[in-house]
Amino acid sequence: MIRLDAVSKVYNQGRHNEVWAVRDLRLELETRGITVLKGPSGSGKTSLLAMLGCLSRPSSGRIHLEGRLLSNLPERFMTQVRRSTFGFIFQRFNLIRGLTVLENVMLPAYPLAPDPGRLRDQALGLLRQFRLEERAHNKSEWLSGGEAQRTAICRALINDPAIIIADEPTANLDSQLSRELLTLIGELADQGKGILISSHDPLVFDHARVSRVVELRDGRLA
Amino acid sequence: MISFLRRQGYLLEYSLASLARRPGKHLGLVLVYATLVFLLASTLLFTQSLRQESALVLAESPELIVQRLLAGRHDLIPASYLEQLGTIRGVGERYGRLWGYFYDPAVRANYTLMVPRAAPPAAGEVQLGAGVARARGLSPGDYLSLRSARGEPFSFRIAALLPADTELVSSDLMLLNAQDFRRFFDFPADRFTDIVLRVRNPVEVRKVAEKISLALPDTRPILREEILRTYDAVFGWRQGLVFVLLTGAMLAFVIFAWDRASGLSGEERREIGILKAIGWETGDVLRMKFWEGAALSLTAFLLGYLLAYVHVFHFAAVLFAPVLKGWAVLYPDFRPVPFVDGLQVATLFFFSVFPYTVATIIPIWRAAITDPDQVMR
Amino acid sequence: MPLTPAILALNLASLTQSLLLVLAAGFAIQILRHWDLSSGSERQLGLERRTYLIATLVAWVFGGNLLSLLLFVYNAEQLSTQFVGAMCATGVLNANPWGWPTLGLKISLFFAGAAWLILNGVDNQAPDYPLVRPKYALLLLIAPLALAEVTAQALFFTALNPDLITSCCGSLFSPEGGGVAAEIAGLDPAVSLAALALSGLALLATGLRYWRRGRGGGLFALLAALTFGIALTAIVSGVALYVYEHPHHHCPFCLLKSGHDFVGYGLYVPLFAATALALGAGLMEVWRSAPSLKAIIAIRGPRLAGLSLILFALFYGLATWLVLRSNLLLLGPI
Ligand SMILES: Nc1ncnc2c1ncn2[C@@H]1O[C@H](COP(=O)(O)OP(=O)(O)O)[C@@H](O)[C@H]1O
Ligand SMILES: [Mg+2]
Repeated sequence: MIRLDAVSKVYNQGRHNEVWAVRDLRLELETRGITVLKGPSGSGKTSLLAMLGCLSRPSSGRIHLEGRLLSNLPERFMTQVRRSTFGFIFQRFNLIRGLTVLENVMLPAYPLAPDPGRLRDQALGLLRQFRLEERAHNKSEWLSGGEAQRTAICRALINDPAIIIADEPTANLDSQLSRELLTLIGELADQGKGILISSHDPLVFDHARVSRVVELRDGRLA
Repeated sequence: MISFLRRQGYLLEYSLASLARRPGKHLGLVLVYATLVFLLASTLLFTQSLRQESALVLAESPELIVQRLLAGRHDLIPASYLEQLGTIRGVGERYGRLWGYFYDPAVRANYTLMVPRAAPPAAGEVQLGAGVARARGLSPGDYLSLRSARGEPFSFRIAALLPADTELVSSDLMLLNAQDFRRFFDFPADRFTDIVLRVRNPVEVRKVAEKISLALPDTRPILREEILRTYDAVFGWRQGLVFVLLTGAMLAFVIFAWDRASGLSGEERREIGILKAIGWETGDVLRMKFWEGAALSLTAFLLGYLLAYVHVFHFAAVLFAPVLKGWAVLYPDFRPVPFVDGLQVATLFFFSVFPYTVATIIPIWRAAITDPDQVMR
Repeated sequence: MPLTPAILALNLASLTQSLLLVLAAGFAIQILRHWDLSSGSERQLGLERRTYLIATLVAWVFGGNLLSLLLFVYNAEQLSTQFVGAMCATGVLNANPWGWPTLGLKISLFFAGAAWLILNGVDNQAPDYPLVRPKYALLLLIAPLALAEVTAQALFFTALNPDLITSCCGSLFSPEGGGVAAEIAGLDPAVSLAALALSGLALLATGLRYWRRGRGGGLFALLAALTFGIALTAIVSGVALYVYEHPHHHCPFCLLKSGHDFVGYGLYVPLFAATALALGAGLMEVWRSAPSLKAIIAIRGPRLAGLSLILFALFYGLATWLVLRSNLLLLGPI
């Protein structure tokens, strides 16, 4: 359960280009199942996801995750929560060029310093699960869109997070690949992962597996 | 502890991979960096081994030399002083030395003529330093003709060349026996150039020197330690001068390093953003970046130091021996003795790695605090 | 001032270090004034990010200081040929009144930096950063120390005059001489070695108690500081004699030379590290009742103390071995 209490996010506060991306938001979100944040571009979906995923701190208000207050943690501790609790799938896959698929998948685990052999096995296991074992030693920039997206999913799963956050995951995929992606996400939900997706793609928020849709407009609930 | 080491291992691995992915970007930096180390290290290694060399030579020289002064200038010392010096307590062995300089117009150079104490050459024969031999194109068995003080030609047979291992000192040397020396220079028979004393107890050298200047007020005792001191000061000062000049180069390097570290490409910025978003902490990024700096520094330092070592000890510091040794016609073909110590390495560190690191702290930190949510925009 | 590269390096390094520390102190003041962890403002975020910079700066100053301490001693060693009467670093440090204070300030800076970094490491474990204010206030105290060090060092080198006749370990540390050094050297080796052994036992007792029960950390740190002083004294008045196998050679620096198998490093490295760890443990004990740190300090403090004890044991072991293996008999057959 994630609880938001009067959460606001403002950029460039006090300057002429001040933007209120999220305003005074009160909301309770079930972490199980698939939740979609829906809304037009600029409505504050990404800003909200970033705050939920401990990537940024609200300018004011509080966020509780399973009863634990997250919103006033210093960056150092936000990072700890983030890497153990959340896995991220980004709109522009954000794989690191020049590194192999396997290395990209293992990256989030480096700061946790697991046993190298075990980490490798785990990463290879994930790649197998997502039919990427052939690609493990290819450089990430040679992947097709679908493969890159699946690599990003493997990377999001390497630290075994409870919640997966996906920001506009279908924006760079065609309908066919989008559907495949949603099937994969459905499987993850079946395995008990909580899923938070932001999207303005009907293919996503109209999907059968989606448990709830939260609509945003101008940083408020629509 | 294990997890700490393992984490550093992962970070190091990542930073090495990151360096390997962009070799071109770092090549220039490493080259400039290594050049700086090379210049500094060459200076240090070279002067240090000069200093070492002269200390070795001087170690065998006498503790105390007594010169006579006349109107404040070095004059020949009467042989009778030898006996008076014998009455001073603590003085052991003593003997008069004969040596002097000779200007050879043929090669426009000064030779040092000297009568060796042990095994002087036979009459009419000389032993030559390598520099003189080279300048005159002579080898053992040849004859060397010089004009004496009275203007008469003197011909010496070259019995042997002096060993080259202390060439810095012996290069311009010409050894001959006492009769030849006195005849050649028309040197008074009851005089010596100076007198050399051995003091039985080294701790008493200063006391003996004091007594000498009381007993023979027209003499000046010179202590070996004083010569050593002067040498050291001169070498240290020359090194220092070169370093002051190189400080300018160091500052330029600092600015270059700062510029390189702050001028991250968009690609690198994005990379750091990704790392932070997927769970790397600011501290992890900082450490990764410092590993990167450490790898660069180590490479450049080793490269520069090695090149300097080869330059100084295998190529006799060809690039700047003239500056450091002073101009001499009888240019000694000096082969420095390899010598490395902690002082040098620590000094070098403070002139290269330390400024590099300081220059990169703030740029690295700036990169490391990239907003983790940046990659979502 | 002799213008040798090493002296240039030392001055440049100290100058840079104090500039970095002044910079860090400036940031520390901003943090002291504006820190508000409950705020999500951009300024607070900026301050939090500054803390990384400050810690990095202090860590580098600390590391640089460690090296410059070594360089300072090496350099004094090398300069000794230029001073009449100086046979090793001692004579050079003695050439004017600034030599020993500079060395002392460098050592203090080392301990201050180490203790601060340890404290900082502890504070970073608690999400509410309870030590922010004391920590940065302490930093404001360290900065003047660095300024004092750079000044003392510059004065020392400026006043170095190679024509000066100085007194070296032989006379400085000879019991007939005057001053603190002579008094230290004049101590009966039996007394100083006994004091060293006693303080070692006391240290072991308090250290073990702190390690097992988590009590008496402050006392342990105090004893460690005391032992550090006693150990330096004992090295000068006792251990050195056994190493040199000469009843009047007291120099604490010649131990670092190759002629004595570099045993000095074996003695000083564990001694300095052990003392630094103990001081860090003692410092964090001051805040052991901070709610969010209680559990962390209860684990870290004793762990540091354990590590410190191991290092002290290394020091004591080596010192004992040096005395036992020596052919010098000062204490007579026991
Ligand atoms: N770092 C930033 N600085 C300034 N304005 C921003 C920043 N990030 C987002 N914004 C602004 O905040 C508003 C919400 O953006 P965002 O959360 O990305 O919405 P969405 O993801 O729904 O498109 C937009 O007007 C955007 O321009
Ligand atoms: Mg968006």
